[in-house]
Amino acid sequence: MDVQTWTYILVGITFSIYIGIALWSKAGSTSEFYVAEGAVSPLTNGMATAADWMSAASFLSMAGIISFMGYDGSVYLMGWTGGYVLLALLLAPYLRKFGKFTVPDFIGDRYYSQIARTVAVICALIVSFTYVAGQMRGVGLVFSKFLEVDIFWGVIIGMAIVFFYAVLGGMKGITYTQVAQYCVLIFAFMVPAFFISLQLTGSPIPQIGFGSTLNDGSGMYLLDKLDQLHTELGFAEYTSGTKSMQDVFFITVALMVGTAGLPHVIVRFFTVPKVKDARISVGYALIFIAILYTTAPAIAVFSRVNLIETVSEQPYEEMPSWFGTWEETALLNWVDKNEDGIINYAPGAAIVGSPTIQRDGLFEIERGKHNQVLVTNEPTAGPNELYVDRDIMVLANPEIAGLPNWVAALVAAGGLAAALSTAAGLLLVISTAVSHDLIKKQINPDISDKAELRYARIAAAVAVVVAGYFGINPPGFVAQVVAIAFGLAAASFFPAIILGIFYKKMNREGAVAGMVAGLLFTLSYIIFFKIAYPELNTPENWWFGISPEGIGTLGMMVNLVVSLAIGMIYPEPPEEVQEMVENIRYPK
Amino acid sequence: MDRDLQGYWKENLKYLGILLSIWFIVSYGFGILLAPTLNGITMGGFKLGFWFAQQGSIYTFVILIFVYVYLMNKLDKKYGVNEEDS
Repeated sequence: MDVQTWTYILVGITFSIYIGIALWSKAGSTSEFYVAEGAVSPLTNGMATAADWMSAASFLSMAGIISFMGYDGSVYLMGWTGGYVLLALLLAPYLRKFGKFTVPDFIGDRYYSQIARTVAVICALIVSFTYVAGQMRGVGLVFSKFLEVDIFWGVIIGMAIVFFYAVLGGMKGITYTQVAQYCVLIFAFMVPAFFISLQLTGSPIPQIGFGSTLNDGSGMYLLDKLDQLHTELGFAEYTSGTKSMQDVFFITVALMVGTAGLPHVIVRFFTVPKVKDARISVGYALIFIAILYTTAPAIAVFSRVNLIETVSEQPYEEMPSWFGTWEETALLNWVDKNEDGIINYAPGAAIVGSPTIQRDGLFEIERGKHNQVLVTNEPTAGPNELYVDRDIMVLANPEIAGLPNWVAALVAAGGLAAALSTAAGLLLVISTAVSHDLIKKQINPDISDKAELRYARIAAAVAVVVAGYFGINPPGFVAQVVAIAFGLAAASFFPAIILGIFYKKMNREGAVAGMVAGLLFTLSYIIFFKIAYPELNTPENWWFGISPEGIGTLGMMVNLVVSLAIGMIYPEPPEEVQEMVENIRYPK
Repeated sequence: MDRDLQGYWKENLKYLGILLSIWFIVSYGFGILLAPTLNGITMGGFKLGFWFAQQGSIYTFVILIFVYVYLMNKLDKKYGVNEEDS
């Protein structure tokens, strides 16, 4: 059977499972809808958190990004796992003891202020919307690449599925679907990794394989081989990287702290019964995440070596068939600058921008003298002739390694699971922010539980549609917004929550001023370099050599300093708030 | 029961200090600041700094959380603030 048939079968089976779970777990009260009645077992919650957390980006893009960044890619590996230590030690147990539904709930109660609550709601909405648009886009991409469905219809199908289980089941439906999605995505990620590791190094465990010797009888270590290939082609050594040390440091901090401050992750720890469960649950979550995160750098190395060995200095006409398939999706392209028919791979961009395929009329693809797909982009002056989109490193990996068709289909189903599970978690944050934090807590406190639940469902439904719209018509800066989401979470929520727990005398004036200052500082730096003046986005112009990806770290410090300074001017928080802080510090 | 909550909180902060120091040293220390130096040492096919940045730090994070869970469960019992198993 071909890849497409396999994909239909596997995607069909997994989607039926998700829908089945949705029907079984319909939510009847707001407590069920927001936090699954706080009755999820720690292990289940850990697995759901892992699926919630690992998005289309973790599954489809991360190994590819690392593959091209080498050592520099470590910022994502450490940044997106180290945050869980902060979550376990500094946040989860205390927020569980606090025992309400949302992050703005905590901020609003702890800082006895509706303004603080509103600022928190706005942050939660911005962070979640920027994030969810990317997920719907991921769903559309997988559909269009593997099933040859339009991105439009791909997104619509994805929306329908998420709508079904998020709107019906709320947190309860989402939790159990995420468990199923975790199983699908981790299986889909590991199977190709085992095969390729075995092929290249003879060791089936990728974490060990990429530190082993090659299987070709040369006795050379795989990583040494890769460093050698890189040096020969003029790239920096894979294991050393090119980013400055302070930038690597700042980006890692921003990602770690941002992870710990993301509302859709934090809220998962409101769903377990006890403080003790919240602690261990973070541990389980990190184990499940670490399985993928320690495999990704191995896949990065395997696919990098496979790619270079297959294409570099080889005649185009001898390329395997996957090369042509991916050329037609515009994720891979070759421009024969020196007209020798050989693929010259070197550092630097091959063409200006991302490829736009030349077409004769509407459909027919124009081809060059070696039958290569032609693009309308200007070639650059550099020697490099190969354009490779980082996303294909995971998507095309099974084909590049010559694995059976069902493995490629499995990767498609896994990508969908990763995107849908994260999208659902984010939609829940958006819907609770509206129905609970805005309507119940601010506009109409006398609202009945039934009516609040209805608003939650309506808000979730509207959010699905908005997310779908952005998935079909992504704003030009979608790729950049991840930096915004993490930067904002790091600069706003994290310091406010930490001070709220560990500094009893922190008052509302300080906290609000700190959140606003951190938020504005981070947002303006990112907008300046990423959206307003992207041409200035180079290390010489950055403050202290910190890129927009890492600026959330500085934003967090701004928040802390402003909070403490302003906090000193104003009176201590009222007695009952200080008592509440005392109270969340111990389990019982 | 007279519970020494201040004592509980102090011990908790002490644990946090120790565990977060290890967290910092392994990831930011070994994985970033000392990585160029550690890369001079190899372990199998791995340069050590690179290994800490892409593998070792993640394993350490997992272990740290479970150590924390173990310590806190013991601390909860010692100060009588543990939740009953229901």
